[in-house]
Amino acid sequence: MVKDNRLSAKLWAFANWAVIGFFILNLFGMIATVVTSSFATRWLGTWFPAGWTTRWYSSAWNEFQLYEVLSVTFQIVFLVVFISGLIGVPAAYALARRDFPGKKLVMLLFLLPLLVPPITFGIPLATVLYRAGLAGGMSGVVLANLVPTVPFVILVMIPFIEQIDTKIEAAARVFGANTFKLFIYVLLPLLMPGILAALLLVLVRTIAMFELTFLTAGPTSQTLVVALYYAVFAAGVRAVQSIDAMAVIYMVTTLIWLLIALRFVNPTQIVARAKK
Amino acid sequence: MTINAASFRELRLDGLSRDFGTHNALKNVSLTIGKGEFIALLGPSGCGKSTTLNIIAGLLPATGGGIWLDDKRIDPLRPEERGFGMVFQNYALFPHMSVNKNIGFGLKMRGVPKAEIDRRVGEAAALVRLQGQTEKLPGQLSGGQQQRVAIARAIVVEPPLVLMDEPLSNLDAKLRLEMRAEIRRIHNTLGATTIYVTHDQEEALSLADRIVVMRDGEVRQVGVPEDLFSRPDHLDVAEFMGFRNKVAGRVASVEGERATVAVDGASIVGRSRNAVAPGVAAHVAIRPEDLHPVAEGVPGLKAQVISTEFRGREFVGFARMADGTDLSFLAHDRIAAGAQVTLAAEPDRVLVYGDKV
Amino acid sequence: MSAPTIPLSQRLAARGLDGLTLLVLPAVLFLLLLFIYPFFYGLFLSFNPKAGGTFANYSRFFSDSFLYGTIATTLWLALPVTVLTLVMAVPIAFRVRLMKHQRLLTTILVIPITLGTVLVAQGLLNYLGPQGWFNRTLLTLGLISTPVKLLHNYWGVMISLVITGFPFTFLLTLSYLSGVDPALEQAGATLGAGPWQRFKHILLPLLLPGLAITFCLSFVQAFSVFPSAVLLGAPAGPTRVISIAAYQAAFEEYDYSMASAVAMIMGLVQLAIVVAVLAARGLLYRGPAGGGKG
Repeated sequence: MVKDNRLSAKLWAFANWAVIGFFILNLFGMIATVVTSSFATRWLGTWFPAGWTTRWYSSAWNEFQLYEVLSVTFQIVFLVVFISGLIGVPAAYALARRDFPGKKLVMLLFLLPLLVPPITFGIPLATVLYRAGLAGGMSGVVLANLVPTVPFVILVMIPFIEQIDTKIEAAARVFGANTFKLFIYVLLPLLMPGILAALLLVLVRTIAMFELTFLTAGPTSQTLVVALYYAVFAAGVRAVQSIDAMAVIYMVTTLIWLLIALRFVNPTQIVARAKK
Repeated sequence: MTINAASFRELRLDGLSRDFGTHNALKNVSLTIGKGEFIALLGPSGCGKSTTLNIIAGLLPATGGGIWLDDKRIDPLRPEERGFGMVFQNYALFPHMSVNKNIGFGLKMRGVPKAEIDRRVGEAAALVRLQGQTEKLPGQLSGGQQQRVAIARAIVVEPPLVLMDEPLSNLDAKLRLEMRAEIRRIHNTLGATTIYVTHDQEEALSLADRIVVMRDGEVRQVGVPEDLFSRPDHLDVAEFMGFRNKVAGRVASVEGERATVAVDGASIVGRSRNAVAPGVAAHVAIRPEDLHPVAEGVPGLKAQVISTEFRGREFVGFARMADGTDLSFLAHDRIAAGAQVTLAAEPDRVLVYGDKV
Repeated sequence: MSAPTIPLSQRLAARGLDGLTLLVLPAVLFLLLLFIYPFFYGLFLSFNPKAGGTFANYSRFFSDSFLYGTIATTLWLALPVTVLTLVMAVPIAFRVRLMKHQRLLTTILVIPITLGTVLVAQGLLNYLGPQGWFNRTLLTLGLISTPVKLLHNYWGVMISLVITGFPFTFLLTLSYLSGVDPALEQAGATLGAGPWQRFKHILLPLLLPGLAITFCLSFVQAFSVFPSAVLLGAPAGPTRVISIAAYQAAFEEYDYSMASAVAMIMGLVQLAIVVAVLAARGLLYRGPAGGGKG
């Protein structure tokens, strides 16, 4: 790369780093506020709380019925992950390996749910699900969440499948593998890293997906993020620290999976899916 | 800002070095290049030849030494202040600009008036034989045409120095020969000074006035092509220049430039390339095309034939000596695998290198 | 004797339609049913209002300032946020692309995207409050004498959109930028172009198509702001964005027909901006950003 050691270049570099530093400082300040507050006995008008306690976690656990909320969340999330893999991976395989009339249209169909924001397509979708009697329960939430995740899996998997040489499959055929054996012994091991990465990203996105779950969930099918929204919305009813404790539980749940996902993918991939 | 081409007599690299962490990519490279010379930097990949070129261009900072253009030290200058022309390995044409715009870019950056840019771009396009293609985008051109645009772009600013980084490595064999002749023709027409990086001996031999052979970040030998071809200074340079047969032995006698080396019971006479004395361990180096089977009883290297391959006019043979050394040679007839042969070469074509103690 | 006919299955296979292609069907059917059908259902529903003629919903929307005003309110949030995040992201992406250890920074930046708007809203409620660390720091530094009001108004929503929007824009810009061959910039330098000229003549033209897409995606995200407008803004007034209007119609008035109409209008405004940007992008060079063969 071309180096530049003039003063103006150094000042410009400094300004850039100052902006990014300011951003990260505030981001961490915001997160630290939530964490600090969740351990605070009383925190009003001072830099730091009067004392420290962990009791808000047990009260949040009980008040917000977090056990039920978490178990609902993970049932929904794992169902979404499983089904989007089941529908998405074969479709991605077909799209990576075949050219057929109307393929462009099909690709557009898979691109749109990722480009259109959930709240825009969520309202008509929720309407249809309510009319069909599916919304308000877990099945409606799962169906709604699948709308962006199935295309997501497809679009992440297509380039991954394309870079696997078709000659490998041809070789397996020549050496006598039938379709089933080809899939089990050749394709699945080759595709596994890609599938794992795609599904982990789906998992993280689904835990954090607010709008679609919010529009279709009933009282017994709320995920953690929706429960958090209602808690913040009704602030004043419960102690702030209790809500913050719930927020910390949500953060930990999300970030653990994010860290696992980042072992397999580059952070830029999380947003770059819709590049084309 | 830019260097005036007329004022320059020589470019001097003075003890250039470059460290990548603990690894020395370049060790103390010194070289003087005169105006109008065509210099090839030759060596296997990782030898430091591209690093040297990038340091001259200003794209990489050197960690030691300096670059002088006559009495002016230029290594603190940024690349845009040096005013050299460079042809990149993958051409690095600006994909969003037409051929005209690509060629005229350097002139535009120098604030040359529009009318003069048009005139000089036209001339440069004619020089590289690109007339009629100048409104196209690079993506619409063939590899050879892209190459011509890259050359025109580098020379249109009349730079004191043209740097070329393996410019032919992406072309097919036929086009490579054609462009090789073009590059030399353009160099001669302009009287430019060119530094040309390549790993291809044939390219370097046919193009350059002088060749700089590099290895492991060091200059191993500088010389005119004929010298390098027939009289490499070091065994490793000899191997790289095509002396593929390398046989270990011990010096028996020395007589002027002639040295006799005892190898596996036989004795081989050759020219010594460094100081050798009787009794020291040495290697002889022979090109496959100089090594031929001779009649039984004539002194030479004894070996067992592994295979022969037909190469049109002759056969290339592969044989193994008793100590396991592999030899390649040229024969007029096919020789059956397993046959014992004696292989010998003209003493003038055999090089003797005493091993370093 | 007639020529042997080629079986239909082989003729279809020659056009790319065989058993393997059918694997795409479940996904296509699923999205037709849950993405395309709801869209047309909503469109149809929006023209069948609870009361009044075919266009009653739309005429009600565009005659009630409480409703049509939401478009301007939302644009007034989404456009500045998109421009700001893009203006921040481009130079920083240029800086970061030169770094060997980008990973730590990109990982930090992906955190707010992952946590999502609800958590960011909850965090900011504390952090930006009159007694929060942000105001305290400014007071201590003597930059302000009374706490700045950053909550339950325009600024709260704006800040939360920047916090989730900037990393998104930045990572997208970075991924576009890494597609530009570094040799092009080097070539520019050897031809006498200084840093600003290299940016203006080489990098920016190659990056603009990507930036146009980035602008569209960031804008569409910002335009569909919902939870932070409710939690951090003034949802009855200055930050009554269009998604709040749609939500209220559906889940507070139970007027799905009106809600669908608002959703259609919301989609239409997004589409209009996206089409405008992409049309402008059509004027740009859009080929590969590499420097030649290889």
